[in-house]
Amino acid sequence: MIHVQAVLPVVAEAVDKGGGIFPLQLIGFALGVLGLVFFLGTAVGMIRFPDFYTRMHAAGKGDTLSTMLMLAGFALVTMEDFSLGSWLLVVKIMAIVLFLYITCPTSTHALMRAAFEDDEMPLEEKDLAKRKKK
Amino acid sequence: MIDWFSIVMGTALFLMMIPMVYRIWVGPTPFDRMLAVNVIGTKTAVLLVIIGTLFGRVDMFVDFAIAYALLNFVSAIVVSRYLNRTVSLRDMEEKEKAKEVKA
Repeated sequence: MIHVQAVLPVVAEAVDKGGGIFPLQLIGFALGVLGLVFFLGTAVGMIRFPDFYTRMHAAGKGDTLSTMLMLAGFALVTMEDFSLGSWLLVVKIMAIVLFLYITCPTSTHALMRAAFEDDEMPLEEKDLAKRKKK
Repeated sequence: MIDWFSIVMGTALFLMMIPMVYRIWVGPTPFDRMLAVNVIGTKTAVLLVIIGTLFGRVDMFVDFAIAYALLNFVSAIVVSRYLNRTVSLRDMEEKEKAKEVKA
């Protein structure tokens, strides 16, 4: 263990802290980073896309998936020992995940319907050509 | 390790919220603004869990995150209904104006 600490202090510290459940935390880190990647897609789409509906496409999908992935990752990361308290924590975080899985598409749908009834029309190709000329 | 991971994740989330603030600032329609507010609210629930991990009190902060997600959903639904209602009122006014012009 000593020479491992000299070579890779970060990994050694994580192994010391995590004990036998280090792979669980590793899966949690991977899920969190994957969620960050999807949220980066959402952020880029919110800036770059030309239309309200395309922006909603980026925000609705990426936001839901990235939130679920990050919360699931943190549920795995905070699982220290398999006691009753940590199981309760995991169940609570998974309840947030389930809740967001239902409510995020619902609110997206409601906003889209409100926009569509406000005569907010999607962009067409001629609009894009007009925008390029400007 | 967990602390560093939480700090990096929270900072990255916070930095990626800046495009949403930009969309709130310049958004051409009110729906764009409401969409960006919705995204920020959803991400704030995640940020609360991250803060709880940093403080070592996740069992307390998770309840805050649940309440925040609930409030965010309710506010999105209410605002979309409100915009819908104002739109139909505006349509009614336009129809009345058209009738007056015809008369």
